[in-house]
Amino acid sequence: MHVQHRGRMVPFAGWEMPVQYEGIKAEHLAVRRSAGLFDVSHMGEVDVKGPQATAFVQNLITNNVHKIVQNQCLYSPMCYENAGIVDDLLVYKHDSEHYMLVINASNVEKDFSWMQKNNSVNAELKNISNETAQLAVQGPRALAILQTLTSANLESIKTFWFQMIELSGVRVLASRTGYTGEDGFELYFPPEHAKTVWNAIVNAGSSEGLQPTGLGARDSLRLEAGLMLYGNDIDENSTPFEAPLKWTVDLNTEFIGKKALQQNPPNKKLVGFELLEKAVARHGNPVVINGNEAGVVTSGGYSPLLEKSIGLAYVPVDHPETFQIRIRKEKDVEAKKCGYRFYKRKKKEIA
Amino acid sequence: MKFTKEHEWVNVVDGMVTVGISDFAQKALGDVVSVELPKVGKTFKQGESMAIVDSMKASSDVYAPLSGNIAEVNNELVNHAQWVNESPYEKGWMVKIKIADSKEMDSLMDETAYNEFCAKQPAH
Repeated sequence: MHVQHRGRMVPFAGWEMPVQYEGIKAEHLAVRRSAGLFDVSHMGEVDVKGPQATAFVQNLITNNVHKIVQNQCLYSPMCYENAGIVDDLLVYKHDSEHYMLVINASNVEKDFSWMQKNNSVNAELKNISNETAQLAVQGPRALAILQTLTSANLESIKTFWFQMIELSGVRVLASRTGYTGEDGFELYFPPEHAKTVWNAIVNAGSSEGLQPTGLGARDSLRLEAGLMLYGNDIDENSTPFEAPLKWTVDLNTEFIGKKALQQNPPNKKLVGFELLEKAVARHGNPVVINGNEAGVVTSGGYSPLLEKSIGLAYVPVDHPETFQIRIRKEKDVEAKKCGYRFYKRKKKEIA
Repeated sequence: MKFTKEHEWVNVVDGMVTVGISDFAQKALGDVVSVELPKVGKTFKQGESMAIVDSMKASSDVYAPLSGNIAEVNNELVNHAQWVNESPYEKGWMVKIKIADSKEMDSLMDETAYNEFCAKQPAH
C-alpha cells in the first residue's frame, strides 16, 4: 500500500517504513491543517493480565496507574533502578486485571525481557506486537473523517480515553491519543485488516485533504509539539527529571527507580532552543557554552509551521539563555533557549 | 553543462563557472529549508566542502566541483531556499567560481554520462 502512494521506503527497526509520500513539509502541514494517516504498525504491544496486573504495571512505571480507570490511557516512562529510562510507553487499562502497554519498536525485545525480569508478582505477559497493526489519524479533521466510518460516537471518547468500536466493519481499539500535538486517534486491530482500514480512511479523507504521512513528518511533528523520542531525547543515560517528564512521576507510589530519583539531583536539563541564523541543528551536535562543549543536541530540525530551526538539547542545570550549536567542526551557530513545546494546538473555541 | 559524481552542476563561461546542485540531487534531498553559502573571496580546492544544503531530512555538503576562488554568491537563494527544489538550474544557482585550473574540467561528466550515472543510483 505504501508503494501505491509513492512512499519512499527505508528499513527501520526491522520494518520497511515509508519516510515520505508527498514530501515531508507537505505532509507535516496537512496534519496541522487537515489530517494525516500514519502506518505505525511497527510499535510494540504487550498484554498484561491476571489478578496482579495492576501491581505489576505500578511497579514498572513512574506514573501512578491508579490515576486511570477502565478505558483510560496513561503516558509514563519506565526506569532502571538508577532512574535511567528503559522506554516510554502508553498504558491502556481494559480493567484492573488487563492492560495493554504500547512500547517503541526498537525496544520491543529489551522492554519485554525487562518486564519478565521484574515480574515477581507473576502477571501474565504476552508480546502481541506481531498480532497488532496500528494506524494513526491525526489532525483537526481526524475526528470528522473517522466519524463517517463508524456508528460509535467518537466525540464521546475524550483525550487519553479509548473504546472498542466497529470501524468500516472491523473491530478496533480506538484511543484519542497521538504523537503529533494534534487532536486525533490511534487505532489498534489485527494486521489482516490493515489494508481494509487503510483504504477506508484514505477514501473517507480524500475530500478533507487527508494525507498519508511517513516517518519524516512524524518526527518533525513530534519535535514541534515537544514530544520526547526514545533514543534521541531520552534513554538509559537520562532520567525523567532531567527530561521534562517530572509530570509523569508520582513519588507517592512505589516503582523501580524511585529511590534513585529521590536521592540523585539531576545532572543535566533538556531545553528547547531555536537557531538565530540560517542553519539546521541535528542530533549529536555539541552545545558550546563559553567556548566549551558543554551539552548535546538530542533532536534538531526545521519547523515548517514556525519557519524556524528548532531543537532539543541537554545542557548543564545552570545554563545561560543563549549558547552556540556546533553544527560543523568549524561552524558554531547562535541559539536561544526557549520552551520545549514549540507548537501548542489552540483549543476549540466554545460557541 | 557538466556534472560531478556528487551531483553538482557547473556551467562555464570565460573561465567563470556557475555552480548548483542537480535535479536528481534536489529530488533526493526533498524539501530544502536553508542554504549556507561561502563568503566571496574564499578559495576552495576541487572536492572541498564549500556550502551546505539543509533539507527536512538531512544536511548535505556541496563540494567545490573545481578549484578556484568564490567570485559571487547567490544571496537571494539564502532567503528563498525552496528555489533549489523549484529551479535547480536557474534560480537555484549557488556560487560563481573563478577557476584556477581548466584542466580539472576533464574530470566532469557531460549530461548523457551523468544521466547514466544517476540511473544506477539507489532510488532514495
